Amino acid sequence: MQLHVDNLAVARGGVPVLQGVSFRVPAGAALILRGPNGVGKTTLLRTLAGLQPALAGRITPGPEAVAYAGHADGLKATLTVTETLTFWARVFGAAGNAPAAAIRAFDLGALTDRPTQNLSAGQKRRLGLARLLVTGRPIWVLDEPTVSLDAASTGLFTQALRGHCAGGGSAIIATHIDLGLAAEVLDLTQFRAVRSRTDDAFLAEAGL
Amino acid sequence: MTALLLRDLRLAFRAGGGFGLALAFFLIVVTLVPFGVGADTAVLGRIAAGVLWVAALLACLLTLDRLFQTDYEDGSLDLLATAPMPLEGVVAIKALAHWLTTGLPLTLAAPMLGVLLNLPGPAYGWLALSLALGTPALSVIGAFGAALTVGVRRGGLLLSLLVLPLYVPVLIFGAEAVRRGAEALDPTTPILLLAGITLASAALLPFASAAAIRVNLR
Repeated sequence: MQLHVDNLAVARGGVPVLQGVSFRVPAGAALILRGPNGVGKTTLLRTLAGLQPALAGRITPGPEAVAYAGHADGLKATLTVTETLTFWARVFGAAGNAPAAAIRAFDLGALTDRPTQNLSAGQKRRLGLARLLVTGRPIWVLDEPTVSLDAASTGLFTQALRGHCAGGGSAIIATHIDLGLAAEVLDLTQFRAVRSRTDDAFLAEAGL
Repeated sequence: MTALLLRDLRLAFRAGGGFGLALAFFLIVVTLVPFGVGADTAVLGRIAAGVLWVAALLACLLTLDRLFQTDYEDGSLDLLATAPMPLEGVVAIKALAHWLTTGLPLTLAAPMLGVLLNLPGPAYGWLALSLALGTPALSVIGAFGAALTVGVRRGGLLLSLLVLPLYVPVLIFGAEAVRRGAEALDPTTPILLLAGITLASAALLPFASAAAIRVNLR
């Protein structure tokens, strides 16, 4: 499914951070977002996922086509790996074998009965990403998905992403590492919202 | 929807889930009252209805701040908000799970504790009925307060201040129904008003709660 973002403006805490953001991600493709800390990558991704309203502009299709994975994995400490994936599969109305496939794709087979509180940071992240597979949604919106993943796990993730794109899905990923994908890269610095005052003026006022 | 209810119940019953906290608090308060007030059965019988209702209300309040806070902190609330399930439904299901793990056990335990406070005989049925009708309102109103304060760290104090005034009508009509039952008067009016509060809050507040959560997730 193609994602089309047209002249989008987003705000964080009421302050506009990005404006005039326009891009297309065709079905089967991935888009990598780059930009310095604080430029608005997370804000843009949360807007795409429908977690906050846009100031202006249009996003098609809407958030009902988007599977979002942010900084937090949304895991419950006392639920096991299987229970977690089965829960999300039922919430998203996925087929009964979807959790098993997701467990295989992210090599979680040895951990299925383990409560998530006993997983390592990398294993938790793998479980968080495996959730994307059971949502069955065509557009993945990912915020730093490879944090705390080692090289082998990053490979699993890239493989899952390739499979998703090969099946007609698409993805938008904010990341700082090279995933080895043939993906377009969009630098968000060019869309920075113009501030009415410069940073220097703020610093001067604060006496710094 | 069922999946979310089962998940919340499962979480409540597992280690650290908080099931039993409200019930234990309720037992402790009601057990301590005779020690504080003295063993005069006439006095105890007169205050029993009020004590049981106040204790149930405070026990309910004790568990409210966990309702959305844990889901907010671990990111589950973001994911639930993007799931193909209306946020109003998520709020209603979570309030239902809260009632099943606090209000319902309190309702079942209250008649037994009535004995401890020398609650007059005819009042037992009305005590169980008024709690069964009133505690769902406590969960739904509490969910609204929890939704308003979900973005606030250590928001328990703010939550209590917001919710307590909204709890007062429930307390008044609940305790009044039991008192009238104890004095062999007709408790129909407070029971009907209690049912009205519960139905109205269950019908309206999930929408307000979902709106509050949407604002807090921004």
